Amino acid sequence: MLRRTAGWFDTRLGTSAFVQKALTKVFPDHWSFMIGEIALYSFVVLLLTGTFLTFFFDASTSHSVYRGAYEPLNGVEVSDAYRSVLELSFDVRAGLVMRQIHHWAALVFIGSIVAHLCRVFFTGAFRRPREINWIIGVLLLILAIFNGFSGYSLPDDLLSGTGLRIAHSIALSVPLVGTWMAFLLFGGEFPADEIIGRLFVVHIMIVPALIIGLLTVHLAVVWRQKHTQFREPGRTEGNVVGSRLWPSYTAKSIGLFFAVSAVLSVMGGLVQINPVWLYGPFEPQQVTSPAQPDWYLGWVEGALRLVPPFDVRLFGYEIPNPFFPAVLLPGVTFTLLLAWPFLEQRFARDKEAHHLLDRPRDHPVRTALGATTLTFYTVMFVAASNDLIAKWLGASIFGITLIFRILILLLPPLVGWGTYRLMKALAASGAGHLSEMPLAALTNRGADGHGAHVDGGKGHGAAGPPGDGHAGNRLGAPAEEARTPGG
Amino acid sequence: MRSDLRDMSRRQRTSPPGSGVALAFGFSAVSSIALTVVYGFGGQPQLEGLLLGIALGGLAVGLVRWAQDLMPGGGYVEQRDTEMGGPAQSAAAVRSFERGEQEVQRRSFLGKALAAALGALGLAALFPIRSLGSAPGTSLEVTPWAEGIRAVTIDGEPVRPEDLEIGGVLTVFPDGHLDAADAQTLLIHLPPGVYRPVASGREGWAPEDFVAFSKVCTHAGCPVGLYQPANRRLFCPCHQSIFDVLDAAAPIAGPATRPLPQLPLEIDADGFIAAGGDYSEPIGPGYWSRPRA
Ligand code: HEM
Ligand code: FES
Repeated sequence: MLRRTAGWFDTRLGTSAFVQKALTKVFPDHWSFMIGEIALYSFVVLLLTGTFLTFFFDASTSHSVYRGAYEPLNGVEVSDAYRSVLELSFDVRAGLVMRQIHHWAALVFIGSIVAHLCRVFFTGAFRRPREINWIIGVLLLILAIFNGFSGYSLPDDLLSGTGLRIAHSIALSVPLVGTWMAFLLFGGEFPADEIIGRLFVVHIMIVPALIIGLLTVHLAVVWRQKHTQFREPGRTEGNVVGSRLWPSYTAKSIGLFFAVSAVLSVMGGLVQINPVWLYGPFEPQQVTSPAQPDWYLGWVEGALRLVPPFDVRLFGYEIPNPFFPAVLLPGVTFTLLLAWPFLEQRFARDKEAHHLLDRPRDHPVRTALGATTLTFYTVMFVAASNDLIAKWLGASIFGITLIFRILILLLPPLVGWGTYRLMKALAASGAGHLSEMPLAALTNRGADGHGAHVDGGKGHGAAGPPGDGHAGNRLGAPAEEARTPGG
Repeated sequence: MRSDLRDMSRRQRTSPPGSGVALAFGFSAVSSIALTVVYGFGGQPQLEGLLLGIALGGLAVGLVRWAQDLMPGGGYVEQRDTEMGGPAQSAAAVRSFERGEQEVQRRSFLGKALAAALGALGLAALFPIRSLGSAPGTSLEVTPWAEGIRAVTIDGEPVRPEDLEIGGVLTVFPDGHLDAADAQTLLIHLPPGVYRPVASGREGWAPEDFVAFSKVCTHAGCPVGLYQPANRRLFCPCHQSIFDVLDAAAPIAGPATRPLPQLPLEIDADGFIAAGGDYSEPIGPGYWSRPRA
């Protein structure tokens, strides 16, 4: 039967050669390679649960009266969008679980994209020839954040309405075109009635379609270029070592899909998220306090809170304050992210193709820069809760904000410097893992340059290249000599 | 490292291979059946999530253990192309393109006409974007407030001075414009004698110790929701800007850079609080062409 089907397709499309190659394709087994798959499978969960939600969600701000099982709002006049989300939560069987799984999946989706990006960054997996996939990955991150925001704005509750209010103001803040941009996006002055309906189309069609398209290319490129792998005995620039697609990798990967959806289901069932019935319906003159966005926008929120109060006036025109934290900062962030592979190629003078990964210590400068950057965004993220922290500590909001303003300047370079020292010491000590490194290695300044040569011998066999600099790669890894020239 | 671990776990197992896997699949099936029962009896969110989780988790555990314990694992080697393509192939591709290009360039006038037609079509296709929203016009500069318009609560009730005690605050709208988000205003009853008109011309704006400021934060537009009567400060919960009511609502902390615009007040002939005109300047967050006050 199988043979007959295979033959049927092969004689029409010539598929068998490809299928045969595909089934024996080899995939490396390192755990850090699963992070990207977690992102992929969270997205699948988003598609499945989201489709269910669309059957009940009513993307309109026309007014209607909620009549249902949630007593406090029974008989209250609210928008259609808000009413339909209340119904999903209380009156549609399995509706609340679906809603909550959807929301948790969104948080995990974006979290795993960021973790995946970190993995790729700190191991140098973005280097030639994988710059294309780095760029696609960053675009996917932007789209995912955007779809998360458009999603949690849909229920038209008080918290998300506040978010949309701020989004309108951010659009207004863009020089020259901001006013028109805000009016065209929202349909007019805030709160314009069109916005929920528009966000709905964006959220369930436009952005998911873009994500699916880019994801397809992303995976096709991985397939074509094959995975990277860590430097271990028998692994060279010219080969891939791991499990075969069929059957073991397939079983493991499908297993991971079930694991991701299992965790998301349990969270969706047991851990409440976005209880819009507690926030109440959106009213332009009301606001929730405290008001924090979902985690992936925390850095922008923190930046909005931390910038000192200034505007720029230019020839009688104004660039208002929110432009700097909420437009310029994300713009610079994503531009630098997109440009990173090319910047590094330039500054490290390394345009070679790499299929063996760096360990973070192999490239202390890169690792330190990454740590600096992560610290910078983490401080902003924490600062997005400055009101909660002030309340919790019983301190004044002035003081807490001041401390954050100091931290954002001090902490990132400090962490960067510390990371640099740590990576240097780790590389020099020759320890297989951070936990095995003797403490003395850290204080031993002299070790920085000299220790490099001993590192090959221990634990990892033909282990890491000494120090930074790509010239060292050849020295540390004799296996590379075996690489097949030109393919 | 990992394969070592796997070998160890394989050696330690004593029960027949696959029994754990079968057990996991069994758990999954039972949980799925329980899920349909829960659903059938009217559903219960926590149980639904939990049972669905166990059903999926059982499949996960079963598949992963099956793969790790009973299928040929890592250690396969596959060669890769360290570099794709090659200069000769690229050159051939470029040559093919150029050959075609020459054919096209021989009719360069037609090419230009085509470009012009496509450009014009592209431009025409941009126009529908304009349909997406109303023109901004002066809508950001004006609100429905005008001389003589009464301040009413969200329920449409007009307000007399005696309705609000000293230290009290009330959100009001222009009569007939309850849905005008840009006209939401904080009406504050100050203790007698503390009002200081900061700018000249505002002397008469606080009849009977009532002042009114726009409720829309000048930072990013949130409603400035909290009033502390003790030190007469307004607090915006979004990014913690603080405004000093006695200093014409100038910002004293947080990212806001401009005072909340003040609404001139008067008491009308029937004793109700009304506006003496529109705000002193455009309300809300800044924008490129915002006129200076
Ligand atoms: C990148 C992928 C996606 C992300 C990050 C995402 C995120 C979100 C979030 C955070 C919410 C708010 C849920 C809540 O009320 O707590 C939401 C709502 C919603 N999403 Fe998605 N979503 C994604 C894809 C989809 C897809 C593909 C669909 C449809 C096929 C969809 C349909 C919906 C619907 C109908 C709602 C409104 C119902 C509700 O809020 O309960 N989503 N989304
Ligand atoms: S909107 Fe008021 S402080 Fe940002």
